[in-house]
Amino acid sequence: MSVLSTVVSQFINGLQSGSVYALIALGYSMVYGIIMLLNFAHGDIIMVGAYLVWITMSILGLPPAVGIIAAIVGCALLGVFIEKIAYTPLRKSPRLSLLITAIGVSFFLQNVAQLIMGAGSKTMPTIVSGPNVRLGSVNLSFVAIVTIVVALVSMAVLTILVQKTKMGKAMRAVSEDMGAAQLMGISVNKTISFTFAIGSALAGIGAVLYSCAYPQASPTMGGMLGLKAFVAAVLGGIGSIPGAMIGGFAIGVLEAFVSAVGLSVWKEGVVFAILILVLLIKPTGIMGREIKEKV
Amino acid sequence: MKKKMVHIPMPWRYVINAAAIAVIFLIFMVLSSAGVITNYYSKILMLIGINMILAVSLNLATGYLGQLPLGHAGFMAVGAYASGIFMRTASGLPTGLAVLLSIIIAAVVAGIFGFLIGIPALRLKGDYLAIITLGFGEIIRVVLLNIDSVLGFNFTYGAASLKNIPKTTTFTVTFLCVVVVCFFIHTMMKSRQGRAILSIRENEIAAESCGIKTTYYKTMAFVASAAFAGVAGSLYAGYLGILNPANFGFMKSIEILVMVVLGGMGSMIGSLLSATVLSALPEMLRAFSDYRMVAYSLLLILVMIFKPSGLMGTYDFSFTRLFGGLLGKKTGDSTVGKESGE
Amino acid sequence: MKRIIALVLVLVLTLAVVGCGGKDKDSSIKVGLLGCITGDYAQYGVAVFNGAKLYINKVNAEGGINGKKIELIEYDDKGDSTEAVNAFTRMVDNDGITALIGSVLSGASIAVVGEAYPIGMPVISASATAAAFTYNEETDTVYSNAFRVCFIDPFQGEKMAQFAAEKLDAKTAAVIYETGNDYAVGLKDAFVKECAEQGITVVADEGYSKGDKDFRSQLTNIAAKEPDVVFSPNYYEDDGMIVTQARQVGVTATFLGGDGWARVTEYASAADLEGSYYCSSYAASSTDAIKEFEAEYAEAYNGEAPSMFAALGYDAAVVLVDALKAAEAKKLKAGTDDYKAAVIDAMKNTSSVGVTSKYSFDEFNNPIKDAVIIKVENGNEVFAQMF
Repeated sequence: MSVLSTVVSQFINGLQSGSVYALIALGYSMVYGIIMLLNFAHGDIIMVGAYLVWITMSILGLPPAVGIIAAIVGCALLGVFIEKIAYTPLRKSPRLSLLITAIGVSFFLQNVAQLIMGAGSKTMPTIVSGPNVRLGSVNLSFVAIVTIVVALVSMAVLTILVQKTKMGKAMRAVSEDMGAAQLMGISVNKTISFTFAIGSALAGIGAVLYSCAYPQASPTMGGMLGLKAFVAAVLGGIGSIPGAMIGGFAIGVLEAFVSAVGLSVWKEGVVFAILILVLLIKPTGIMGREIKEKV
Repeated sequence: MKKKMVHIPMPWRYVINAAAIAVIFLIFMVLSSAGVITNYYSKILMLIGINMILAVSLNLATGYLGQLPLGHAGFMAVGAYASGIFMRTASGLPTGLAVLLSIIIAAVVAGIFGFLIGIPALRLKGDYLAIITLGFGEIIRVVLLNIDSVLGFNFTYGAASLKNIPKTTTFTVTFLCVVVVCFFIHTMMKSRQGRAILSIRENEIAAESCGIKTTYYKTMAFVASAAFAGVAGSLYAGYLGILNPANFGFMKSIEILVMVVLGGMGSMIGSLLSATVLSALPEMLRAFSDYRMVAYSLLLILVMIFKPSGLMGTYDFSFTRLFGGLLGKKTGDSTVGKESGE
Repeated sequence: MKRIIALVLVLVLTLAVVGCGGKDKDSSIKVGLLGCITGDYAQYGVAVFNGAKLYINKVNAEGGINGKKIELIEYDDKGDSTEAVNAFTRMVDNDGITALIGSVLSGASIAVVGEAYPIGMPVISASATAAAFTYNEETDTVYSNAFRVCFIDPFQGEKMAQFAAEKLDAKTAAVIYETGNDYAVGLKDAFVKECAEQGITVVADEGYSKGDKDFRSQLTNIAAKEPDVVFSPNYYEDDGMIVTQARQVGVTATFLGGDGWARVTEYASAADLEGSYYCSSYAASSTDAIKEFEAEYAEAYNGEAPSMFAALGYDAAVVLVDALKAAEAKKLKAGTDDYKAAVIDAMKNTSSVGVTSKYSFDEFNNPIKDAVIIKVENGNEVFAQMF
């Protein structure tokens, strides 16, 4: 293999993992945009999604389509459920309380999964399969192509949803000013729940794509994945849909090249260093807007 | 209705507190020489002490300053490694001096790291501060794990663990450290600096407009918090004799946070109590171990929803107040005491 | 005031519960059994416990040693060093054990030996593979009280390098390993060193961190170097993922691994794994002794098939029980220092026959025995040869 084709291969590796980061980052970004909460449990929703795929396909023996639908619907419901149980009672509390609750929810999901499913990982069944494609000397795996395409389509659909529909307008209004939106007759509770549902459904899609690429489900898989996706969201500019996309791809490609030059063990360090730099130099991220602090 | 108390003048307060601490210490010593506290129990007591220091030090940053650093285990790790590396080379010194030096070194090194990390991190607020300190904590762990391959010589021994650290941590040393750390934090919070720190927690913008140098006080509290975590790390190094970066992950930071939140953010006695209970509980209920983390996470959520101030709130226990209260009763005041829930 | 009363009550209760001590029984020999039976590596610990208990129960059913039953004191350390030290101290102080089987993971075992060596407590581990468990390199001390029945990490790396050179005619090799893992690093270092001796060129040396699921970047680099063999000395979950992704990015080399590969067939497809080799202490159904052991194990544990860890747990118990018999023959009193010294002495000169092998120990208290090479064929892990 030539150096160039190795570089191209690595780039595609990066785009593939970046697609998953981008989908998860969207969920973070939307939730943060609307209630200013860093939803720590978002990564663990992906874990639940992966287990749902595993249960429907490996235990119940149902076809992949059912597994995919189970993951997306299950994640959306779980997201709304968490929001109702744990976050709604705290909407008026200090941000610190909300954040600690989110950490609590994250740990709760991880540990319950560990109790029920065991600490070891479960091998995922094959969800999609197809032949590898060769472009010159570059090896393109089928899974990589599917992952990237699905991620791009999901984001296009989401953009239309937020920009063109009534619910999307309500979401934007609530994130702009919750009180004013309420006065305009928008149901804030419904809108927030809807945001959680959409964000978590995206996490469900992310879970399916992740399971295609890395066919193992384990209770702690959501932790680091979620954090990196959060970094992607911050890098892209929190609250911005194209920003989350750009951030996700950037983190994925960066990781791939850091690993490729033999610094894989410093990968996490580099990701967090990027976060720190972004927050210090341009806290609003690449696509973010300036938010003035209200006194 | 206010409870009537006999006001105890300042020097006497110190005497009463010192005497109370000495009595507690003596009780432990007597129990230990009578063989009631075996080697095993004294180990558990040391672990409780270490966790107490971790909890009160995080409480300084979370409870009093109102920030949420999620990388506390990182500072503990820095202190532990600094102390461990020092102790491995300090075999020539008399043990007492070496232990003292190792604790000081651990505190200083962890404090320096706290400063370096605090300067950029404290420019951010809330969630961003949480995530950035989490990031720093992880970076510290990754560096401890991989630094040897960069340096080309053995420094932390990475995954192979830093071994052969003299096991110098005793019950007495731990007890003294707990007392000193608590005393330091207590007096700091009663001072002008402490009030400045509390005002930042209540309203940072208001504090700043009152002329309080918020960055200065935030950094100060953060550095102190990190330094005390370093002290705990030093004790831990001398307790276990072997250090592995895996012991200082995100999980450890969360465990410390649970202690603080459960005890009550801003309550020292709350932190001390919950550190005791949460360290002793898993030892007593070994069969319960599967459910421990589930229970911890549920506790976090429930406490936040139903009693966000934690079990003890911001209540702080004081010997002198207890003493004063008792004296007040003896002098025959029949006022019914309201719970001292300030 | 209510709060203060509550406070005092909590303290009193804590002390009261902590204050309950253990009782003495003279008619039994107390042996500690320590390992991670919950947590991330629980399946290793559970298997070791099952294997050890199988043999001890058998001895007890046959009347014990010298008329005395062996009483097992079991503790879980969750694979954590701090918990392991606490549990061990508790076994010594409260339960009065005479010898210890454990711990399961290397890290916890090394921490326990630090406590056990000064008090001369006999320790035998079924699965602590790190060299440092029995030998302290820095102070050049052999922990004379500590023994193991498994291979040490460097041994496996050397064996696989020799195997690659002699049996597979490999000229080039690549390695991919978890950098934060003592076991993986130990095997990899020994492999790379032995490759130089055997004339194999190591063309790629790639690391990853614990918890990584994406190995494509490293494997793309390896694919570019086209090595004859790839050594992946990690735990089976990672190994399965590595092999799967390696085939996706176009690595065609033969994969080699250590005993962490056992059960890898559950984590990657038969086609991807075909023709891979790993070394182990144990090959299912390969000898009569093992077949007999499998039958006994299945009977005791609901038809379950034993893993290598179960077999090694059994062997650790065999070696220890033989040593206890020797100490009993000297009419010593269980729990005394002389008794412990006699047990250590007997283990040092053991000639016990376990399930996987006959045992004797070298100067570092490591077992002298051959490795089993396992080959993956059609999705099955089958015995290839002794090496």
